[in-house]
Amino acid sequence: MHELSLTQEIVEAIADRMGDAEIECVRLEIGKLSGVVVESIRFCFDLVAEGTIVAGARLEIDEPSGHARCRECASEFDIDDPIVLCPTCATANVDVLSGRDMRIRSVEVRTACAPPAAARTTPGSG
Amino acid sequence: MCTTCGCSDDTGVRVTDPGAPTHQPHTHDHDHDHGRTVLLEQKVLARNDDLAGRNRAWLAERAVVAVNLMSSPGSGKTTLLERTIRELGSDVPLSVIEGDQETLFDAERIRATGCRVVQVNTGAGCHLDAQMLSSALRTLEPPQRSVMFIENVGNLVCPALFDLGEDGRVVVMSVTEGADKPLKYPHMFRTADVVLLNKVDLLPYVDFDEQRFEGSVRRVNPAARVLRISATRGDGMSGWYDWLRERATDRPR
Repeated sequence: MHELSLTQEIVEAIADRMGDAEIECVRLEIGKLSGVVVESIRFCFDLVAEGTIVAGARLEIDEPSGHARCRECASEFDIDDPIVLCPTCATANVDVLSGRDMRIRSVEVRTACAPPAAARTTPGSG
Repeated sequence: MCTTCGCSDDTGVRVTDPGAPTHQPHTHDHDHDHGRTVLLEQKVLARNDDLAGRNRAWLAERAVVAVNLMSSPGSGKTTLLERTIRELGSDVPLSVIEGDQETLFDAERIRATGCRVVQVNTGAGCHLDAQMLSSALRTLEPPQRSVMFIENVGNLVCPALFDLGEDGRVVVMSVTEGADKPLKYPHMFRTADVVLLNKVDLLPYVDFDEQRFEGSVRRVNPAARVLRISATRGDGMSGWYDWLRERATDRPR
């Protein structure tokens, strides 16, 4: 059940980055080739979140498909199966280009809109 | 933060709302709660991976080759280590970190061989992580220019995801486990540098299709070296020692 450790990492990382902000929503990306059971993350999240800044937060998980390139026939293909075989030549000799990542994408914070005097914009966004 | 323009960031983190238009000056005469999106874009395992990198550097400074041994419970990891210490220990300095949920049983078996060893008990934990290894390294103090084995918690699922800072990953599987195991646990077998098929002395007594096993490994990991061994009887051990010596020789001094 490594999902429990992973969920603890997620909650602690958000607490480290967000201080005492009140989090309404947590958005994760868990690739289909990551070896993680998304349902287990959901199960663990409410338990781990209790008593932290993400308690009660909504959990949104994006599960992108894997993408790979065959080293033998050079074809590129999407794949959801953890056993990554080229659909053209059936070899396992492939480079997985994406789909193994687990990322904390963003959080949504509940906040009152600040008055102009306190307003500050971080450049380089977009 | 105002979701219209991205202003009023008060936490020091980079704040953007990818869906929002570029900033336009406007008045803030509204006084209500609304959510703001804060991009974090952080790997879930960032902290573990960072610590693993530090472990790797610490080991490299001392020219210690770290080998992460993983398998299901009962595949023969500890017996493999006992024999390896007996037969290779006079040639190459060795040490061991033992990972189990509970008990010192395995560490005591290793200590009985005269090898330096520490035990990590993970309690409820199902795998070792880089933080546990970091603590164990400080206690173990592996000798310079040595090979250090990390016997992970017996589990073919969770240890696959956690980098410890090792140089090599070895998956042990025994002939009593079924030839299709690599396909059932692809994440574990995918990461292996070496797959040791153990207990080959039992082949006459079990229904184990070696060809199917080899095919299963190749489907998840075409690059892995597959070695057939018996840690109790000694079959095939020289191939294992050759691999360890190669790793130890490759390590820059």
